[in-house]
Amino acid sequence: MSILLAMFSAVSQGMLWAMLALGVYITFRLLDFADLTCEGSFALGGCVSAVLTVNLHMNPYLSLLCGFLAGMIAGLVTGVLNTKLKIPPILAGILSMISLYSINLRIMLNQANVPINIREEGVSSIVTAIQDLLPESITSMSQTQNVITLCIGLLFCVLSVAVLYWFFGTEMGSAIRATGNNEKMIRALGVNTDTTKIIALAISNGFIALSGALVAQAQKVADVGMGTGAIVIGLASIVIGEVLFSKVISFKWKLVSIVVGSIIYRVIVAIVLQLGLRSSDLKLLTAILVAAALSIPRLLPKKNKKGVA
Amino acid sequence: MLLLQNIHKTFNLGTVNEKKALNGVELHLNAKDFVTVIGGNGAGKSTMLNMIAGVYPIDEGRIVLNGRDMTKQPEYVRAKYLSRVFQDPMMGTASNMQIDENLALAHRRGKKRGLSWGITKEEHDLFREKLKILGLGLEDRMTSKVGLLSGGQRQALTLLMATLIKPELLLLDEHTAALDPKTAANVLSVTETIIREEQLTAIMVTHNMKDAIRFGNRLIMMHEGQIIYDVAGEEKKRLDVNDLLDKFEQASHGEFANDRMMLG
Repeated sequence: MSILLAMFSAVSQGMLWAMLALGVYITFRLLDFADLTCEGSFALGGCVSAVLTVNLHMNPYLSLLCGFLAGMIAGLVTGVLNTKLKIPPILAGILSMISLYSINLRIMLNQANVPINIREEGVSSIVTAIQDLLPESITSMSQTQNVITLCIGLLFCVLSVAVLYWFFGTEMGSAIRATGNNEKMIRALGVNTDTTKIIALAISNGFIALSGALVAQAQKVADVGMGTGAIVIGLASIVIGEVLFSKVISFKWKLVSIVVGSIIYRVIVAIVLQLGLRSSDLKLLTAILVAAALSIPRLLPKKNKKGVA
Repeated sequence: MLLLQNIHKTFNLGTVNEKKALNGVELHLNAKDFVTVIGGNGAGKSTMLNMIAGVYPIDEGRIVLNGRDMTKQPEYVRAKYLSRVFQDPMMGTASNMQIDENLALAHRRGKKRGLSWGITKEEHDLFREKLKILGLGLEDRMTSKVGLLSGGQRQALTLLMATLIKPELLLLDEHTAALDPKTAANVLSVTETIIREEQLTAIMVTHNMKDAIRFGNRLIMMHEGQIIYDVAGEEKKRLDVNDLLDKFEQASHGEFANDRMMLG
């Protein structure tokens, strides 16, 4: 039973973290920009959402939106550092990430973490806000909160995939994809690639911050260090999805594969924890997983080149 | 039409690698001119095209296209008026995107890109018709990734993309140099057809003297960042490869024996 519960929670965790993977996918694969901002913007989303719900008693769903917007601003800053101030991508991301550490602490009024205490009057999390709307006959059941979390995760995944599929099919989205693919060509076709990069970074970090906000809400605490290793987790989800859906080429299913990859990543984590590994070993394990998944296809001889987009 | 006035460009100014790429280029193009450009390595041919396209800013001079001073305009703004085909077939297309997506990107050259869908039904039909003209069977593979095409197919597609919206000026930078002779000939003949039918003004850089003589109504030769020979009309038609080689000899005072081998 405990294993079943652990799996159940792993699946909903995977869905909440999926927005992170989608955000990383936008920069890492579509834009070909290794953006380290995500470590900071993930925590930023969590901090903004937690502080707004706890200190300002804001509706938790509105706080998610604020987290999303805060993430977009973070991405915008990285984009400006890179395009206008000519700082190389990795360094631009690192600068944003480091600044966000201080900024996140400021947002949380110099506390390292902000618990979302749902017992406090006027404070509700995304889960309890829904719970309060349901009749008691349902809420008295044992796993209500877990089920609600799962439904929220599913809803946000479906919405995110739909929005991203739509956006990257538009004229602007196509121009962004082309920027990552062949910058020189799309400039020759009259696109200001500075603008497309900034937009892509803003959207990417918006989704990453949204993921952070959802995770903070679900675990009822935001922590300044919650973004550490976010890029590796995002990459792990992407590569797991790519390995499992290696035949898939359509963009729609690419996005779905990332969500599935994120869920499977959490299931793997749950399994290795059940097997007795310490949670502090997870980052090493994740790094090894990503290194293996990224290198093995390239080291294997005579494997067909597969296009990554 | 196109006016280049006293264009100067020096790369790596003030370092040991200082290179004077363009040294006072003067060129006046008439509408519907199809100019071929020849010259040895480092003569400034590609640099001239890149300056017209706005890839790098120029140090001195003026670039005017149809009365519009473009000297200070960035590359993506100039793209409204002119289009390009590069030497490297990989450069002109987005390999991870589909053929129709690439064409749709080109169909919006210089236009505002908003949030409407990236490719419309009407465009799809238009692209199919246009692809048929290439005669490569690409009209039946419109959802294939461009990365799956051969160099020649990609270059033909790039040419189509460059002319999908009629440019005021078409810049071809040795666009057949990376292709095998047969494919190069095909792409060149498609180039000529499109330029003639659309009545385009075009500049084509080439390393092949025969092509330079055969195509276009005007020929210019560059040497050390300057235009040293400019011939048009009947006089150009009477040229042969030896005439051009003699011109090279004169220009380089005999020191270009090595280039002669490359060009012959």
